[in-house]
Amino acid sequence: MWRWLHPYAKGEATYRLLGHWLPWLAISAALSLLVGIVWGLAFAPPDYQQGDSYRIIYIHVPAAIFSMGAYTGMAITALIALVWQIRTAEWAIAAIAPVGAVLTAVSLFTGAVWGKPMWGTWWEWDARLTSQLILLFLYLGVLALYYAFDDKRTGAKAAGILALVGVVNVPIIHYSVYWWNTLHQGATITKFEKPSMATSMLIPLLICLLGFALFTAAMICWRLRHEILRQELHRPWVQQELIGQEKLN
Amino acid sequence: MIPRRKKRLVWVLVLITGVALSAGLILTALNENIDLFYTPSELVEGKGKDLRKPEVGQRLRLGGMVVEGSVRRDPETLEVSFRVTDIGPEVTVNYTGILPDLFREGQGIVAQGVLIEPTVLQATEVLAKHDEEYLPPEIAEAMKGIKHVDPNSAEAFPRSSEAEQDSANDSEGGY
Repeated sequence: MWRWLHPYAKGEATYRLLGHWLPWLAISAALSLLVGIVWGLAFAPPDYQQGDSYRIIYIHVPAAIFSMGAYTGMAITALIALVWQIRTAEWAIAAIAPVGAVLTAVSLFTGAVWGKPMWGTWWEWDARLTSQLILLFLYLGVLALYYAFDDKRTGAKAAGILALVGVVNVPIIHYSVYWWNTLHQGATITKFEKPSMATSMLIPLLICLLGFALFTAAMICWRLRHEILRQELHRPWVQQELIGQEKLN
Repeated sequence: MIPRRKKRLVWVLVLITGVALSAGLILTALNENIDLFYTPSELVEGKGKDLRKPEVGQRLRLGGMVVEGSVRRDPETLEVSFRVTDIGPEVTVNYTGILPDLFREGQGIVAQGVLIEPTVLQATEVLAKHDEEYLPPEIAEAMKGIKHVDPNSAEAFPRSSEAEQDSANDSEGGY
């Protein structure tokens, strides 16, 4: 297994591998997002309590789940970067952090917009909302540290340590609604029992989840490719690559 | 594994375990304070191991279910009063203002305000809580016997609580 992974410690091999994945990820993400969101917003039945307002769940829940998923992924790449000191893993931290930060911001924003009509408030300092806000600050902190040093590797190391330490917050976000009493509801689908949602509403939500997963993966691939090019700009293969693209245009 | 890497891996694992442990200790120590609200039972019988009761005059949040048939509205003003319960005792909440769309009898709510008597809360803010179940109106009616009321329709909130039980059953009205 290690022998299979070794070539991807080199920027060029990873760049080409991601280049093969990117179009497939992008197309399937666009398709499933289109189907899932149109189905969820226009064709799923209204909720018995919340009427049509609940439909924001089709954006809110996938964004929130993959804000935590992206963070877990970033923590794993940080572990690899710190222990094995593989440079592509360091760059992956910088590729994942902005994507995760945007997903977190989207989940907070859609949550506020949903909370105002349903709960009666944009924001309440309950455990779930607060821990999700901390996740946003962790992402921003990782980004700030990554770019704060003149020496890129020092920055990556500092960002990696914060990314790893912050992973403690991910289970806290998930279990906050069980450990404490909160205004936020408990889990509808991310639990071991049967989802507390009618099938006709659940299927579009699952498609949206798939779409957000693919979209997140595609964005990370795209950003990591750019980061590799940026970091290895002085290498001959990058120059050849760029000259080749110029000729094509 | 190369000893250098092994050492780094051990350091990283020690770091994560340490942070997780201290976060766990902090959250356990703060446990009661992270709760957003008192439940009516906690308000009446006391909260935590030493059963501390909130004092009259204290600002707090109270969370529970609105007792069926307990909502009393003043026909002239926005004043409303209702009782909130969880499994045992009931606490009365007085409030002046507009209630959230989801507010209705049997609904979970969180009220913030000042405790003016041991079991009476003068609320400054009332928020509606909803659970994690999402069902189309027809299924909810079949499964749980809950008649759907469009929160925006006038029937959801008759001005006096006597009139509401019979006229609020129009499940298709809002759509």
